Order: sequence, then C-alpha cells, then structure tokens
Amino acid sequence: MKEFYLIAIVVIIFIVIFQIAKASEYVSVLKGEAKTKKQNNKINGFLLIAFLILGLFGAWYCNELYFGKTLFPQGSASVEGEKIDLMLYITIGVTGVVFVITQVLLFWFAYKYQEQDGKQAYYFPHNNKLELLWTTVPAIFLTILIVFGLKFWFKVTSDAPKDSVLVEITGHQFAWDMRYPGKDGKLGKKNYKLYNNPSGNTLAVDFEDPESWDDLHTTDMHLPVGKSVKLVINAMDVIHDVGLSHFRMKMDAVPGIPTTLWFTPKYTTEEMKKRTGNPNFVYEISCDQMCGKGHFSMRGVIIVETEEEYNKWLASQKPEYYTLFPDKDPSKQTASDSSSTKPLAQITSTN
Amino acid sequence: MSTVTVSTTTHHEGHGDAHQEHHHHETFITKYVFSQDHKTIAKQFLVTGIIWAIIGGLFSVIFRLQLGNPESTYPWLEDLLGHWAKGGKLQPEFYYALVTMHGTILVFFVLTAGLSGTFANFLIPLQIGARDMASPMLNMLSYWFFFLASVIMMASLFVQTGPASGGWTIYPPLSALGEASMGSKIGMDLWLVSMAMFIVSSLLGGLNYITTILNMRTKGMSMTRMPLTIWALFFTAVLGVLSFPVLLSGAILLLFDRNLGTSFYLSDIVVAGKILPNEGGSAILFQHLFWFLGHPEVYIILLPAMGMSSEILSVNSRKPIFGYMAMVGSLFAITILAFLVWAHHMFVTGLNPFLGSVFVLLTLLIAVPSAIKVFNWLTTLWKGNIRFTPAMLFAIGFVSLFISGGLTGIFLGNSALDIHLHDTYFVIAHFHIVMGVASFFGMFAGVYHWYPKMFGRYMNNTLAYIHFWVTIIGAYLIFWPMHYEGLAGMPRRYYDFSNWESFKMFGGLNEFISIIALIVFAVQILFVINFFYSIWKGRKVKDQNPWEANTLEWTTPIRPGHGNWPGEIPEVHRWPYDYSKDGKDFIPQDVPVGADESKH
Repeated sequence: MKEFYLIAIVVIIFIVIFQIAKASEYVSVLKGEAKTKKQNNKINGFLLIAFLILGLFGAWYCNELYFGKTLFPQGSASVEGEKIDLMLYITIGVTGVVFVITQVLLFWFAYKYQEQDGKQAYYFPHNNKLELLWTTVPAIFLTILIVFGLKFWFKVTSDAPKDSVLVEITGHQFAWDMRYPGKDGKLGKKNYKLYNNPSGNTLAVDFEDPESWDDLHTTDMHLPVGKSVKLVINAMDVIHDVGLSHFRMKMDAVPGIPTTLWFTPKYTTEEMKKRTGNPNFVYEISCDQMCGKGHFSMRGVIIVETEEEYNKWLASQKPEYYTLFPDKDPSKQTASDSSSTKPLAQITSTN
Repeated sequence: MSTVTVSTTTHHEGHGDAHQEHHHHETFITKYVFSQDHKTIAKQFLVTGIIWAIIGGLFSVIFRLQLGNPESTYPWLEDLLGHWAKGGKLQPEFYYALVTMHGTILVFFVLTAGLSGTFANFLIPLQIGARDMASPMLNMLSYWFFFLASVIMMASLFVQTGPASGGWTIYPPLSALGEASMGSKIGMDLWLVSMAMFIVSSLLGGLNYITTILNMRTKGMSMTRMPLTIWALFFTAVLGVLSFPVLLSGAILLLFDRNLGTSFYLSDIVVAGKILPNEGGSAILFQHLFWFLGHPEVYIILLPAMGMSSEILSVNSRKPIFGYMAMVGSLFAITILAFLVWAHHMFVTGLNPFLGSVFVLLTLLIAVPSAIKVFNWLTTLWKGNIRFTPAMLFAIGFVSLFISGGLTGIFLGNSALDIHLHDTYFVIAHFHIVMGVASFFGMFAGVYHWYPKMFGRYMNNTLAYIHFWVTIIGAYLIFWPMHYEGLAGMPRRYYDFSNWESFKMFGGLNEFISIIALIVFAVQILFVINFFYSIWKGRKVKDQNPWEANTLEWTTPIRPGHGNWPGEIPEVHRWPYDYSKDGKDFIPQDVPVGADESKH
C-alpha cells in the first residue's frame, strides 16, 4: 500500500510539472515569443553564474567534509607511497588551477555575453598565436607531470631490494592465502594440478620440492615494520587484485602469470591506531578486480608489527608440510624416521 | 531572417511532398519499419537508444538502492525480481548483473548506437548535401542488426542464471568459466553473440558514414567546408571501423574458450575445486584485445558530442567556431592517439614498467588536443551574443563536464598515481563525468537542437530547462564526492562496504548519492515524456531555419521527404560559420560570396 501511495505521489508531481510547462508555453505564445525568449535568456544567464559561484563553494565545502576521510591526511603507510602522495599533490595543484580558470571563464563568458538587443557578436574566426599559446602551455605542464610521474613509477616498479621479506599471496574466490618461505628463504614450487593433493593442499604446492617443507601457510599477513617486503602474487581461479590502499600499492593477481610488488611499511598497526585515532584500525587487503559474487567480501588483513613481534609470530607457525604430512612432523616424530621417503613416493604415483 | 529565405520555404512546402510521393509508393512497413530513409533510420536508432537508456538508468537506480541503504529491504523488489531479490534484498549475483548490464547498455547500446547511430544517420546527408547515405540498404541493415543485438541482449536478462555479471569489460577467466559465476553461464554466451551482432551493425553503419562523407558531398562542399559535426562523426566512424573488429576477434576467441575447450585466455586454473586442463593461455591477452577497442570506444562516444557541441555553441553564440582548422586537427590527433593508449587501463596487471611508461606519455599527450578544444570553445563564447536555448545550455554543460572529467584523467593516466586510484570510485567519477554524463549532454544538446528538423515540432522549453538544471546539478552532486571515496581507496563494484574498516565511513555519502541519482533519473523520465509528447503535440515549427543557422539541413523543407531537397541540392559557397560577419547576423552556406565580402 505504501508503495502505491509513493507511486501516486510521484505520478502527481509529474503531471503537475508537465501541466505547468504546458501552461507556460501558452503564456509565452500570448506574451509574444520574442519577449519570452528574452526573459528565458536572462533567467538562464543568471542561473549559470549562480551555478558557478555555488558550484565552486560546493567544491570547497565537499573538500572540507571529505578530504579528512581520505587516506591522504594520515599520510602513506609505506615509504614508497610517499612519492605517490607527492605526485597527487602536484597533480591536484596543476589541474586545480586549470579547473578553476576554465570553469570561471566558461560560465562568466556565458553570463557576460548573453544576447542583448542591438548588439552583434565579434567576428573572430581564428588566431594562430592564441592556438600556439594553448598548445604549448598545456604541453609544458604535462611534461612536468610526466617527468615526475615516470620518475616515481620507475622507482615503485623497480626490483625489490635483495634482503626483502618474501611473502606469497594467493587469491581465490573469495579469500586470500599467504605463504612464507621459512628459514631457507625460498618458496617451494607449485603446480596447480596438485591442488588438494594431498587433501588440504589448497595452494597446490609441490611437496616433492624440499624447499617447500619449511613453508608456512597462513591467512593473515604479518609484516615487520621498516623492512622492505616483496609480495609474489598468484591467483587460483579468476583475476583478483591485491589492493593495499594504505600503502598506496596495487597489483593484479592473474591465474598462470605470477606478479610482484614491493614496499616498506612505515608504521605498525598499533602506531596507526594512534595516528588515525581509530582504535579499530586495521590494514586491509581489498580485492580490486571484479571476481564474482563474493568480490566485495574478499577481505584480507595485514598486521604490521615490530621485528621482535614478527619473529615471535613466525616461530609460532607450523610449516604446512607437517600439517599435511603429520608423520613428518619432528615434534611428533618418534621412531618412524626410516619410512620418511614413502609418502613422497605415494604422491608421485598419484600424479 | 531574410524575406528571400521565407519565400523559398513556401515554395518547397508547396511542391515538396507531391514531388517525393511521385517516386515511392510507401506502405507503413517501408516508411516506418524497413525504411531506407536515413532520417527514419536515425529516429529508429534514437528511439531504441532512449528505451535502452531508460532500462540502463533504471538498473543503476536499483543497484544504488543497495549501495545507499545496504541494511534495508524492499519487499516490492522481490515482487519485481523474484529470487534475485530474496526477502526484498538484492542478491550479490544480481547486483553484479545489474552493474554489468548498466555498463554494457549505456556504453554500447545508448552512447554508441543511440548517439552515433542517430546523429550520423540524421546529420551526414543533411549537412553535406546528399539525398541519402551511400548505401541506404546497408544503412537499414545496420539498424536491424542493432535491433537483433538488442533482442538478444534483452533475452539474456530473462534466462534463469541471469545475464552476464562479470563487469562490462567481461575479463576472462571470470567471464569464461560458468563455474566461477552464475552470469558466466548462458547469459555470457548471449552477451557475446549480441555484441557480435552489435559490431556488425556498427561496421555497416561506419563504412556507410565514411563512404558518404568522402563521396557524396554536394557541389562546393570541400572537406574544409564541412561542419564540425561531420568531421567529428567522420573520425568516430573511422575509430569504430578500425577498432570494433578487434573486439569481435576477442569475443570470438572467448566464445571458443567457453564452448570449444580452447585455451586462449586460460591457464593454470582451479575453479570451484575443479582442476581445468587448460594451459598456456593468457588472461591478459583478452585485456589487450578488449581495450584496443575499449579505449577508442571512449572517443567513439565522446567525439560526436564534441562535434555537436561545437556546432551548437557557434550557432547560439552567433559567432564562428574559434579555430576551425585547429578543431579539426585536434579531432584528428585524438583519433590517432586513441589507438595508442589502451594499456593505460592495464597499469596494474603486471605490465612491463617500460611499456607502461610509453603509455603514460601517449595518454597524457591526449590532454593537449583536448585542451585546444576547450580553449577554442571558450574563445567561441567570448564576445558572443549568446542565446540560451536548451541545446546551448547542454552544450555549455558539456564543456564544463568535459573539463571536470578530463582533468581527472590526468591523475589516472599517470601510472604512479593510477596504482592508488585504479579500480576505485575515483575511476567511476572520472569516466562517468567525462564520457558518461558529458556525452549524454552532447546527445541532449543534439536532440533539442535538431528536434525541429526531425519532427517539425519543438520540445517544451520549460521542461527542457528543468531537465537541464536538475541534470547538471545532480550529475555534479553524484559524481564529485565520489572522487573522495576514490582517494580513500574505496574499490569499485562492491556490493556492500559495511564490513570494511577502511571504507564504511562513507555510508552516509553513499545514501546521499543514491537519493540524488533517483531524482536525476526521474527528471530523465520527464525528458522522455517531453520527447514523445512533442512528436505529436509539440509547438509546430513555422520557420524553415528556426535557429538562424548556416548549415544545409536548414535549407530543406520543414518536414523533408525522402531525398531531402525537393528540387536541386543547394550548392555550397562558403564554410558553415559565417556568423556576425560584415554586419550580417548569419550567412547560410548556400549564399554565394559577395564581391565586397571580407575573407575570414
């Protein structure tokens, strides 16, 4: 019933507006169309200049309301992201000036040069000097933006420092999984055909590769503060995207084509809670590439902590190899050492 | 208006219809359905485009309901959509289907077919002085392929697993694997087949437009005397003809991957616990093929709006367009560059950073011709004698939106910044303003300006003014704040943000945007009512040349028949922008150059 009334009200509003519009058309015929045209011109000229003034005020007001809610007042949470913040401010500066100048000219000209009786427009078909001016000036500004932009781009996309912490992140519908390389600093090989073989091998790790034996498989990402981190990014099923907006980083996760990115976290999660004044602050990994019905819920968490806390956490994790092959676990091992090669042989045979 | 033109009007009126009736015995079917008259075909494109625009707009209103009030339920939605809105709450799968179809419909069916199809068909023969298109038959087929594409796309809305839901960019593997998403089942096949039909339509149309412009200009109409609308439509057609086939090939390969077991885009995939045999394909390959069309597509949408706005700004400022050759040159530059920037959509796909840098350079280069256009429009207004017809207001609005949306392109085209802004609401704000709303403004300007030529009647001015003001204020209110959401990293295509610590503080803003979107949509309905009502009941056009414009379409009778000019096609003696020259308000193109006339 409520919907019915709502529809009825909307229809009535439409009819009223429509009737007013029709009536105004008759009135204009009665008054003489030339006179109505003049009147309309005046009203619209005034509205255009009002729109400009209110619009510029509105843009300022919107900035007051929302700039504080963006990530920029709190600064980049990664060292590399500072460059991106600087790039943003340079670009806002340049485009902001152009925006104000061109919008003001547009609406001001429209207002100022509205039709007046007995006036004729100025015949001004071309002027090469002016054309040259507004070809070269934008070109110069753009060159500045390109030079800064590319400098930062090459810095951000350069190879990660050799001593970076290595973490593999894998996206699948609709969650993230992390893999740490363990003490050897190397991640074991993967082969997607080994998925769920043995049961629970959701990352399709090839456990025949000894480098995989000390790898850790976790759902949250822990990172030490102040050390560069290299992410190796994978996807199991469709394209996902590792979005790290606090660190100003983003990279697609493409099935079959591993990608990488690196950055250096500046603040621990605890420090960020204080910096943002939000006790619930948490670094979130958002999936930024449409990946299916659960896309909006594909949330990951990064915990940045001191190196000490990080190492403690690392030590508390159990390699996935031992979870999937409990008889290999040294902590549970008693006298079954002699049969250590057998499960591996079984895996091979099932391939 | 001079008395001479008035007397020719009556002359044409008197003999025109009889003259044309003589040639054809037209039935209702040949006149209004399978018509080969370019003007009728244009109207068919326009009406079909309007119907699609209502559907596409309605979809956005429905998914904005979810974004604005993620907690609320709407029982009537369940009555309307059944299991897609269980318990009155839009289901995520259908939310994504709506988002996908909103994009597909508005980008392709409305702003490509509805815009180019309408105005290229309508204006090219009329403005260059031709009786019809080079091939009226192909032209008719172009519409009917579009109609077929429309029917198939419409059918996909009603299949049980729903229409395509992988985003309008249909990136595989998501779009290739039925297991990955409901929308990637039969709905996706229908999407691809429909797009194939659509591309055929677009190619038939494009080839026709190019041929007609190159070969069928009337005597004296040299290329440099063509109105800028024609130049813009010409470059649009060139863009479409060269880039749509690439999308077709991409779509066909995707159909093969989906149905024939090939691996063009698929490799190393485990989906829904199933290990797929496909190896060696590249999911990124599709993105290259898609964006090789996808980026020119942006200009396919934008150029006609630029051309029409140029024409309308000049007519209503009573001034020549400033820098005609620079305007043509910048259109040309945009056309060339449009083919060389596609990978700026792919900066975060793992693209080689050096390759990325080349695309940054080429992308930001486009800002130069764009800036030239903007400053030329501004100078056209300068010292004019401006009439604020509804068309003029929309043209001014177009320039404003083009500036606003164009400038944010400089943020996104710079790869370093794009890392942060990619796939956030900043992108939504950018492209909706610059290619969505701006092109719509160009289209509205065109409809209001050429409506008297199309139907021999005027649209209601009061409704038109309400339409303009609510739309421009609403468009800025909707999309301006989205930039801030984007700066906060808020990702696109999220069904619900309430579980995200980083994004949930924008709930209030999202609700505000949804309310404004609803109002703006309602005002578009007002436009549609005005449009259809005025076809039959609008004020009749009494002047042959109501806007006192120079171009040739205003030398035809008020209601031109098939063949456009009852007698000889007028000969052209000058460029179309002789406004306020030598003390004369306007000098139409078919007026011979006087002996004492100054050169421009």
